[in-house]
Amino acid sequence: MDDVFSNFDLVLKAFWMTVQLAVLSGVAAMVLGTLLAAMRVGPVAVLRTVASTYVTVVRNTPLLVMCVFVFFAAPNLGLLVGTPFLVKGTIAVGLYTAPFVAEAIRSGVNAVPLGQAEAARAIGMTFAQNMRHVVLPQAFRASVPPLASTLIAMTKNTSVVAVFGIMEATARMRYFVNRNADDTILIFVVFAIGYILLVELISLGAVGLERRWKAAR
Amino acid sequence: MTGSVLFDAPGPRTIARHRLYSILTVVAVVAAIAGVLLFLRSEGELAYEKWEQFVTPKYVEALLVDGLLKTLQMAFTSVIFAVVFGVVFGVGKLSDHRPVRWACTLVVEFFRAVPVLLLMIFIFFTWGVGDGFGPYWSVVFALTLYNGSVLAEVFRAGVLAVPKGQGEAAYAIGMRKTQVMNLVLLPQAVKIMLPAIISQCVVALKDTSLGYYIVAPGLTYIGKAMWTEFPGTHLQTAVVLAVLYISVNLLLTGLATWVQKKFVGEHKPLDVGMTALTGLTAQGTGGAPGPGIGAP
Repeated sequence: MDDVFSNFDLVLKAFWMTVQLAVLSGVAAMVLGTLLAAMRVGPVAVLRTVASTYVTVVRNTPLLVMCVFVFFAAPNLGLLVGTPFLVKGTIAVGLYTAPFVAEAIRSGVNAVPLGQAEAARAIGMTFAQNMRHVVLPQAFRASVPPLASTLIAMTKNTSVVAVFGIMEATARMRYFVNRNADDTILIFVVFAIGYILLVELISLGAVGLERRWKAAR
Repeated sequence: MTGSVLFDAPGPRTIARHRLYSILTVVAVVAAIAGVLLFLRSEGELAYEKWEQFVTPKYVEALLVDGLLKTLQMAFTSVIFAVVFGVVFGVGKLSDHRPVRWACTLVVEFFRAVPVLLLMIFIFFTWGVGDGFGPYWSVVFALTLYNGSVLAEVFRAGVLAVPKGQGEAAYAIGMRKTQVMNLVLLPQAVKIMLPAIISQCVVALKDTSLGYYIVAPGLTYIGKAMWTEFPGTHLQTAVVLAVLYISVNLLLTGLATWVQKKFVGEHKPLDVGMTALTGLTAQGTGGAPGPGIGAP
């Protein structure tokens, strides 16, 4: 146990890596996910098919297999060879999380009562106006809780890249566990608390955001 | 009603424009696929020798029996344990006794917020190595604790989703607390929960792949063995693994949809947030019943 506390900077550095991974892949997933969600509710049938195929395929593939593609298969083809591990991890986790983000946003769009969009159509708004002024503002509010859940799951999923040699929190716990085989329970608790803090931070952010947007109604 | 209410039934000019978009998209998608295939071909990745092992009976058997079957075994064992765990802690969270409720909440919240891989590594290196129970059970126990906590939450939501009058009526005719739970609330809650339990199987199945890290048996273990034996076939192996996972998961998802239609009907599928905080708000702002506007 002393080992962990005397080397606490290593723990902090590892969690900093986790935070970086989570923020970068979160941004990537949000951008790609919003695009996918827009394609899925839009009027062009082919785009809908493309988006829902991507969602179905990626949602049912384990993140570990996704990482095998990015970390092993791509370098075999001469792609991503000199890329830093952080970027590779971001690509894998971001691509994997995007469909979940898309589903969260789509569920938000679905939660907007039918009458709202109908009323907007009835007063002659176009698709773009309808989306911008009526549907999306309400949809974003409704998609805050599922989006927060998705981002929390993603933060936890960044642990998978530990398998591929990135020194983030989970890999660091493995390192300490290897060095102090008698103290594994306490070491686990320390790292678990770190993750719980990150997760609760996202939850608090979501609750705050929801409260703010509720007042704006 | 045809189409979505987000846009009018398109007129001739819009139809022409949409047709243009469609053609452009199809061309782009076809070009992308062709580009990827040509690139893979120029790298020699599509050569028969690189795929040969996946049509060789010996390796196919290894993939299906030592890989897929073991993975399914691990996933289903852990889901069965997880249901038991979920029932115990879900009921615990609904207990009238405050200490019991708090203890159960603490356990459930803890295991829901911790990454499965962290849990798995901890279990393996604490009780699994050496004379311990080995990697297989480490994976099963880690998945049990995580999925069990999620199911505990699903379970609680399921019991709360049973109309209030049911429990009240049961108390009114003189049933005890246990009777109300066992005879009235649980049977109805289980029906509402079934699709959520099956969806959790998909999560468990995907997470068994993490056993790779602690050298547990399963699909990813066989995958590693295969790309070690045939160097440079990571891409091919990953494609085959992904196809296997996707097929099984789609079957499970289909089953969940069927069960939802057959036993639950129009009732909204249970959805619980990732933590107690988001769980609270998710119930308040959950999707409106009835068809939404985005539904294609």
